[in-house]
Amino acid sequence: MTAPAVTVDPASASGDLPGADAGSAVQTRALTKRFRSGQVAVDGIDLSVPRGAVYGFLGPNGSGKTTTIRMVLGLVRPTSGTSWLLGSPEPATVLSRVGALVEGPGFHPYLTGRANLLRLDAADATADPRTAARRASEALERVGLLAAEGKPYRQYSLGMKQRLGLAAALLRPRELLVLDEPTNGLDPQGTREVRLLIRELAQAGTTVLVSSHLLGEIEQVCTHLGIMSRGRLLLQGPRSVLDQRGVTRVMVTVAPGHVATAAGVLRVLGLDVSAEDHALNAELGALEPARIPAALVHAGVDVVGFEVRRPSLEQVFVDLTGEGFDVAR
Amino acid sequence: MSLAETPTPATAPAPVPSMAAAYWRLQRSELRLVLGRRRNLVLLLGLAAVPLLLGLVLFFTQDTALDGQGPAFLGRVTGNGLFLVVASVFLCLPFLLPLTIGIASGDAIAGEASAGTLRYLLTVPVGRTRLLLVKAVGALAFAAAAVSAIAVVGLVAGAALFGVHDVTLLSGDTVPLGAGALRVLAVVAYVGLSLTGLVAVGLFFSTLTEVPVGAMAATVVVAIVSGVLDTIPALSSIHPALLTHHWLDFAEFLRLEPDWAVIGGGLAVQAAWVAIFGALAWSRFTTADVTS
Repeated sequence: MTAPAVTVDPASASGDLPGADAGSAVQTRALTKRFRSGQVAVDGIDLSVPRGAVYGFLGPNGSGKTTTIRMVLGLVRPTSGTSWLLGSPEPATVLSRVGALVEGPGFHPYLTGRANLLRLDAADATADPRTAARRASEALERVGLLAAEGKPYRQYSLGMKQRLGLAAALLRPRELLVLDEPTNGLDPQGTREVRLLIRELAQAGTTVLVSSHLLGEIEQVCTHLGIMSRGRLLLQGPRSVLDQRGVTRVMVTVAPGHVATAAGVLRVLGLDVSAEDHALNAELGALEPARIPAALVHAGVDVVGFEVRRPSLEQVFVDLTGEGFDVAR
Repeated sequence: MSLAETPTPATAPAPVPSMAAAYWRLQRSELRLVLGRRRNLVLLLGLAAVPLLLGLVLFFTQDTALDGQGPAFLGRVTGNGLFLVVASVFLCLPFLLPLTIGIASGDAIAGEASAGTLRYLLTVPVGRTRLLLVKAVGALAFAAAAVSAIAVVGLVAGAALFGVHDVTLLSGDTVPLGAGALRVLAVVAYVGLSLTGLVAVGLFFSTLTEVPVGAMAATVVVAIVSGVLDTIPALSSIHPALLTHHWLDFAEFLRLEPDWAVIGGGLAVQAAWVAIFGALAWSRFTTADVTS
């Protein structure tokens, strides 16, 4: 690919270009959006969402997540760069296989929840009108909104509106779900239901791209992560990328009187130990954690507690973005 | 599960509907949306009240004071109910109809944008050209409904209050009732077609903003400004091209021999406005970033 003589049209290329990887549900290359105001909302990002993944798309508010999603869905034109949706450079050709919830739900306030879904289904040129009523009912049932289907949308609570947005995304079987802040406005119970729904869909083979600024809800469901800040994708990959990024520590608690022995054992293992009362604390480094308790017991140390503290998503996130949440530009 | 459930087995492979069937499914949904919306129904009722009120006022006053003041047909209403249709349309043309058109067409795209439904329609996906066409047909249908509401209520009220008779034309000649009714129908059709240019203008404004009220107001302002410019003699060279200049040419149909060149010219000007602002709306809407 580096041979200068070879030019490949990214739109028609397949396989050999990283951008058109058939294994990717969403792929972007050097995707950039500069708004007319001059603000660079998205700055050359290479997003890669493998098929079958639950991809947690993280970033503080205003970091460019939503603009990226809008470009991927064809709502906003990139200033430069390319994006592929389900392998296609033309989003319109594959969007009927994609369910999307973008920046909160949007429905006609004076139509009922059900009428709103049927309106969207009527807009879908590839949907079978004969099954519309059944599919609407199923989608409403799936998000627990069937009882309120006859109410006008404007009477819905924020959580119900969010559920209707999810129902719209589930009107047809989808290969990819793009969920932008899907739990906004939901109570803890609703948040849990959405997490379960995402898991269930992912198990059935649906790829899910879920963006959020709430780390907890992402951490519990995702298989892959991407962290954005100020328009740039700072980190991306399977969840294990976190372990490479942050520092994993071990905490060992021992019986009184064994602290010195234990510290000696850990030093022999090559760890830099700091002790506090009965607790020893060290960076794990490349050491296999299972070796530690074994070595301690072998040395006759009474081990009371042993814990491996992997870097939390929050810790990595804050290290990377260097700012608190909800910092808008 | 709902009672409305269709008995179609879930396992049947879903055939992809034809393009025409898919278009009309969305078009029907749009017409239901536009014509079923309470605000729009209130507008139609308001327009329908005009001939009713005008008819009642003229009936109870049997006013001849209007004779010689307003256009000739206003004074003839009491003599022939058919003229109530023409008089009502004439009264609504300067402001009420442009207001109605402005609301319907200005809301077309901007209304979806402000409700947040535009992004969901586009990710369904609906092609932008198809959506614009559906919206244009919806706005035109509402314009037709508005003119029809005036005409139908005008006809019913006119017939009930004054009866319908052979029609005395502007020249003083009389044509039989059937031919006269046809001429009144032609007046209504001409007025309806005269509004298409304004619909296109409103549709274009609607693609520029996500604030529907802004697009509505701008559309109404265009009609009003056009009317004002039409009264300034110094600008007479541009008068024939103005959006509203030919609106009152419907009176041609009330002459013994309508001047088809005048009518054709009026319709051609509307066609030009439709072409220009339709193209502007299309080029704007198919390239704009949807950030609403």
